[in-house]
Amino acid sequence: MGVDRIETKQTIATGAKPWVDQAEAPFIRISNLTKNFGDFIAVDNVSLDIYRQELFCLLGGSGCGKSTLLRMLAGFETPSSGRIEIDGQDMASIPAYERPTNMMFQSYALFPHMSVEKNVAYGLVRDGVAKAEIAERVAEMLTLVQLDGFAKRKPGQLSGGQRQRVALARSLIKRPKLLLLDEPLGALDKKLREETQFELVNIQESLGVTFIVVTHDQEEAMTLSSRIGVMDRGEIVQVGEPHAIYEYPQSRFVADFIGSVNIFEGRVTEDAENFVRLHSQEGGCDIHVAHGVSCTENQKMWLAVRPEKFSLSKEQPAGKYNFVTGTVDEIAYLGNLSVYRILLASGKNVRATRSNRDRHDAEAAPGWGDTVYLAWDDTAGVVLTQ
Amino acid sequence: MTGAQAAPPLTKTLKFIGAHGRALVIGVPMWWLIVFFLIPFAVVAKISFSEAVIARPPYTSLIEWTGEGAMLLKLNFSNYAYLIEDSLYILAYWSSIKVAFFSTVATLIVAYPMAYYIARAPERRRNVLLMLIILPFWTSFLLRVYAWIGILKGNGIVNNILLSLGITSEPIVMLQTNFAVYVGIVYTYLPFMILPLFTNLVKLDNDLLEASSDLGARPMATFFKITLPLSIPGMIAGSMLVFIPVIGEFVIPALLGGPDTLMIGKVLWSEFFSNRDWPVASAVAIVMLVLLVIPIMLLRNAQAASAEGSS
Ligand SMILES: Nc1ncnc2c1ncn2[C@@H]1O[C@H](COP(=O)(O)OP(=O)(O)OP(=O)(O)O)[C@@H](O)[C@H]1O
Ligand SMILES: [Mg+2]
Repeated sequence: MGVDRIETKQTIATGAKPWVDQAEAPFIRISNLTKNFGDFIAVDNVSLDIYRQELFCLLGGSGCGKSTLLRMLAGFETPSSGRIEIDGQDMASIPAYERPTNMMFQSYALFPHMSVEKNVAYGLVRDGVAKAEIAERVAEMLTLVQLDGFAKRKPGQLSGGQRQRVALARSLIKRPKLLLLDEPLGALDKKLREETQFELVNIQESLGVTFIVVTHDQEEAMTLSSRIGVMDRGEIVQVGEPHAIYEYPQSRFVADFIGSVNIFEGRVTEDAENFVRLHSQEGGCDIHVAHGVSCTENQKMWLAVRPEKFSLSKEQPAGKYNFVTGTVDEIAYLGNLSVYRILLASGKNVRATRSNRDRHDAEAAPGWGDTVYLAWDDTAGVVLTQ
Repeated sequence: MTGAQAAPPLTKTLKFIGAHGRALVIGVPMWWLIVFFLIPFAVVAKISFSEAVIARPPYTSLIEWTGEGAMLLKLNFSNYAYLIEDSLYILAYWSSIKVAFFSTVATLIVAYPMAYYIARAPERRRNVLLMLIILPFWTSFLLRVYAWIGILKGNGIVNNILLSLGITSEPIVMLQTNFAVYVGIVYTYLPFMILPLFTNLVKLDNDLLEASSDLGARPMATFFKITLPLSIPGMIAGSMLVFIPVIGEFVIPALLGGPDTLMIGKVLWSEFFSNRDWPVASAVAIVMLVLLVIPIMLLRNAQAASAEGSS
């Protein structure tokens, strides 16, 4: 899913990566943050640094604690322990209405009794901004989200996409230091969603606000973010740039969650300085990895190989390592590529993609029931120890 | 067997009277209204146009047969004219509306925080609290109003406490004043205000309150800008449930009020039972109904209009 769309987006204007060179102090510093609901740990000892003007995506399955983390940042939920600092200021004693954050709600939470204009102006009115300035800024903001003609409408008279843009305008109008977006595009159809994703990135770049976006759509996270934090059962399991998360997942959970992947379980047969060899019962193959891994002989490990990293052929490749063999069980033709499901002798299913480069290669392409070989480079797989 | 045989005739009967399915569902409340509201209303209206006589029943018939086989319909408007002539009635109407208005406002003020608190309470506690609100209905209304006499009278509970605390040196006269009437009304009608308000407030989306707070509104501002405006339908519903019956309230002013407590319910009662002037009493009732129906219609229209705008 989405394999061909993955690209690294550079959202920090200067192109610098403060999380790499550590030149800048983090803008948001979350340390050892925990939230319990009774016995249940919703957020488990999370530590995370986010830098100015980042577009940070929190990615994870349903119920993993993304919203809870966001709500603690906004001040709606009190942490059970740990610390949140925004721009050097400890947030512990600061109520939601005094925090330099604004939130765009998953439900949009538009005030049903107020017009679009009043909704958007609400934050400024509460701050006692002068009437003339409010009118000007609201008009400006409505232009930005392309809702010029809708100022007098009530939320009930808008379409889902329009409501979503009102919610965005309302959360941006106070020019918060930090904008929190909880599944901002969840309710939109695919086309509107993609348009809005780019709109969001544009707005983020032009206003220079720091965004934290919650999503459970990995494709959305890949498209939008400067960095991604993957959450699982209340913990942040990996933080990194989209391409790093995709190419170098640190655990089976991350590898499996982001994109599609084949995981072969194996045991170490040879552990050398600059390579490792595994034998996989499941794959019925021996694996050669061209870099050292800190492990011990006979240790259980996993090799993750993305479907597009296989080369698929009907002839047996040379050498003893890094290929599996099976029969074609299913082919899905997607136009630009075909997705194959290969059934191995062990009963395991493997997904492989083959790009349809040549229009006339129908004969070369394996068909249903063919015996095929899936080979991969000794650097194509990712060795996982957890 | 008998059931199966009985069924077709029953369906036939129902079909015959044109009451199947939907018609039946709509028909039941309609017949209820016709039998228990429209017919009594017609009877009262009829009596209000007759003349009082010392007889049984104590009013004349509207329709008379003349000797030549013609029917004579005699409508007597003097009862209505009398209501205008004698300032007592206008004063009583006016004072009833005033009492109803102020006690509705007072009930609203007392009920709102209670409804709000119940609506915001955790779900398990909420049910207990609602039970407590409904609990007084399990004892007779008359007894509960009587109990207030014991509380408010010269050597009653309130005065004893005030005296023993040294707040007053002699008992405050509370019973048989308008104050006691207000207390009785607020106490009695409180559940009718709390329940619709609660139903409204419990539906209030917590996200809206958080959004307001997120945009910089302090809790007070959130209440006045979000919670209060969104609970207007609940306030209107509760106010109607209190205002309308209070206008015609008889028991509370009779038991707790004094000689200067003038309410139309009391006037109506003495007209019927002391004066035995049924036609005037009926006219009083009809005018009261008309006076009530107009504001209710206006309110309902306003409510419908505002609901249209917000949904
Ligand atoms: N107020 C609460 N009381 C008890 N449990 C809660 C409360 N709020 C959240 N939880 C639990 O905490 C966990 C994390 O919830 P959270 O809303 O953060 O999930 P999420 O990652 O945002 O999921 P989704 O993608 O479905 O929105 C869930 O298991 C949820 O049931
Ligand atoms: Mg959520």
